[in-house]
Amino acid sequence: MAVNRRSFFKVLGVTGASLALGKELGAAPRSKSNVEFSGILYDSTRCAGCQTCESACAEANGLPEPVGTIEAGVIRKTDESHRTVVNAYNSTKGEVYAKKQCMHCNEPACTAACLTQAMYKTEEGAVIWRGDKCMGCRYCMVSCPFDIPKFEYHSANPKIEKCNMCFTRLSDGKVPACVENCPAEALIFGKRRDLIKEARKRINDNPDQYVDHIYGEHEAGGTGFLYLSAVPFNELGFNTTLQTESYPALSKGFLYSVPTIFVLWPAMLLGLREATKNNQNNQDEHE
Amino acid sequence: MNNSEQTITMDNDGKSTWRFLLGELKPKGKWLTPFNIISIPIMLLGLVLIIVRFWKGLGSITNLTQEVPWGLWIGFDVVTGVAFAGGAYVLTFMVYIMNMQKYHSIVRITVLNGFLAYVFYAGALLLDLGRPWNVINPIIGNGFGTSSVLFLVAWHFLLYMVAQLIEFSPAIAEWLGARRARKILSGMTIAAVIFGITLSTLHQSGLGALYLMCKDKIHPLWYSEFIPVMFFVSSIFAGLSMVIFEGSISHKVFFDQISEKNHKAHNSIVRGLSKICAVTMFAYFFLQILVFVHGKHWDLLNTPMGYWYLLEMFGFVLLPMSLFIYSFRRNNIMLIRVAAIMTMLGVILNRLNVTVIGFKWAEAIRYVPTWMEFTVTLAVIFTEIWIFRWVINRMPVLREPPAWVNEK
Repeated sequence: MAVNRRSFFKVLGVTGASLALGKELGAAPRSKSNVEFSGILYDSTRCAGCQTCESACAEANGLPEPVGTIEAGVIRKTDESHRTVVNAYNSTKGEVYAKKQCMHCNEPACTAACLTQAMYKTEEGAVIWRGDKCMGCRYCMVSCPFDIPKFEYHSANPKIEKCNMCFTRLSDGKVPACVENCPAEALIFGKRRDLIKEARKRINDNPDQYVDHIYGEHEAGGTGFLYLSAVPFNELGFNTTLQTESYPALSKGFLYSVPTIFVLWPAMLLGLREATKNNQNNQDEHE
Repeated sequence: MNNSEQTITMDNDGKSTWRFLLGELKPKGKWLTPFNIISIPIMLLGLVLIIVRFWKGLGSITNLTQEVPWGLWIGFDVVTGVAFAGGAYVLTFMVYIMNMQKYHSIVRITVLNGFLAYVFYAGALLLDLGRPWNVINPIIGNGFGTSSVLFLVAWHFLLYMVAQLIEFSPAIAEWLGARRARKILSGMTIAAVIFGITLSTLHQSGLGALYLMCKDKIHPLWYSEFIPVMFFVSSIFAGLSMVIFEGSISHKVFFDQISEKNHKAHNSIVRGLSKICAVTMFAYFFLQILVFVHGKHWDLLNTPMGYWYLLEMFGFVLLPMSLFIYSFRRNNIMLIRVAAIMTMLGVILNRLNVTVIGFKWAEAIRYVPTWMEFTVTLAVIFTEIWIFRWVINRMPVLREPPAWVNEK
């Protein structure tokens, strides 16, 4: 019995350690810093489909030159060597362009999924990938509602590729390569709050030109990349049924139940064991 | 020190410990059994494929895509394999917590089966990792991703393997003739059991919780916020069905190792397990109905995926459940085994429906595993069975422990 009790305290000790580990549950928006999230606003009504952003991105990140030209209705996808693509869609208002890349969510599913914090939302708002931590489990890809992280399936030392908002350029005081090189000024970089104001203003000033919807303002709990469009977003291949709550919120309930179970279960199991001890004695007598 | 050394020497017919271990490594019995003839080529082929995989990347032997990054190796090897290993925590709960002594004779083999399942199926995870050399990062703290369900699952796998090793360790001590070690290790059993059950509750459900963020990717008939609960409840009857299935094979293959008394008790054990299976399957079926009604997906039933869902629920949950009850009443052990196999098929179906078949179900190009992914999976299973057989033929798992154990 004495041993049992001692072992029980051992269990309690481990429980305590797990509780301490489990403290930082949920990927809450970083409130400890005063830095506001930055983002990028893409106005598809200004985009001319010149693909300059694609080549600028490839050059800035040392990736191969983009392949293929834009053809209405043909959907090219980002992949492990192309972090951004522009596609043309046949919409109700004719041919409309849309640029696709990482959305840089406020509360990204990928960073909540990552068990090593290799996927990481920086204070400035860029969602980046850190190779020295990543074990290549691809849970970020499974979780991302936009299917953004891409994996090098044909490499013995595979990397995860995705837009990182050119965060090294950002720390040098520059803007992302795609924004800097866009000849049509379809892309602007700034604080997310200011970008939403600017987007609202454009919609209010030209209500006929835009649909009254900033994609990314609320989708998936809000994203750093924001979109304006002349046509409803589902015509541009956007998923318009995404929840407005953040994706990490979906597993929060489960994670919060972990410490509870860790405290209740051992106590309950020990209690059950004591309560059923008589059974054993009875059975022993039987034999 | 001298003393314990002597006991080892004495217990192993005067051979030294190393000699003894070397001798035990050698195979026992016939070489050319049908099982060996089938398994050896597959294991060798699997080994070659694994080398190719680490040399040329995952894409060289798998059909994984950017949209479906987790395939057979996660959906079957890890998620389904761990559900089948659930028998260990259920049986230790029954025997050590609820004091149901009737089941004591099958605890060791079940814990061994569970432990090896974790080592091999969680080990199969390493094959699936793109950068496996970083696998220790969440343990050493090169990023504690505490908001990740996978972080929880990884830690629990590791801790539970330790707990199971402690639960099984008295058998190893008996094999080595280490009396004092056996005494210390068996004193730790209850703590390991309690810790192990707690861990199992959390990571059996945690494997389901991994998919909670895939709200838009998994077919709505299989996605709900209750996936973790479903995974936990189904792991109970998945594990017990595995115990019934494995028991029916072990009792034939290792016939000579089992004592008369345990042979006689076996049918009563199987009947008892079938009753527990039926009850938990009823609870599971009821929960599934609640979730379905709550989800308001009546329109989806009349689609191909809907028929598939109905097949899983009625053909592989309700039917084997009824079969368990029927064969329990009729005392038909053969039918109980059929029910156990059907239940296992149902669990495989359910886990694959969540992780592979229902994942991105509307995608134009569907993920279908390559023959090489199947071969590696088979190789992993065969290797596990080899180790399982090796241990049973040497350690007192099925056979009675050495006489000195009961001396006081």
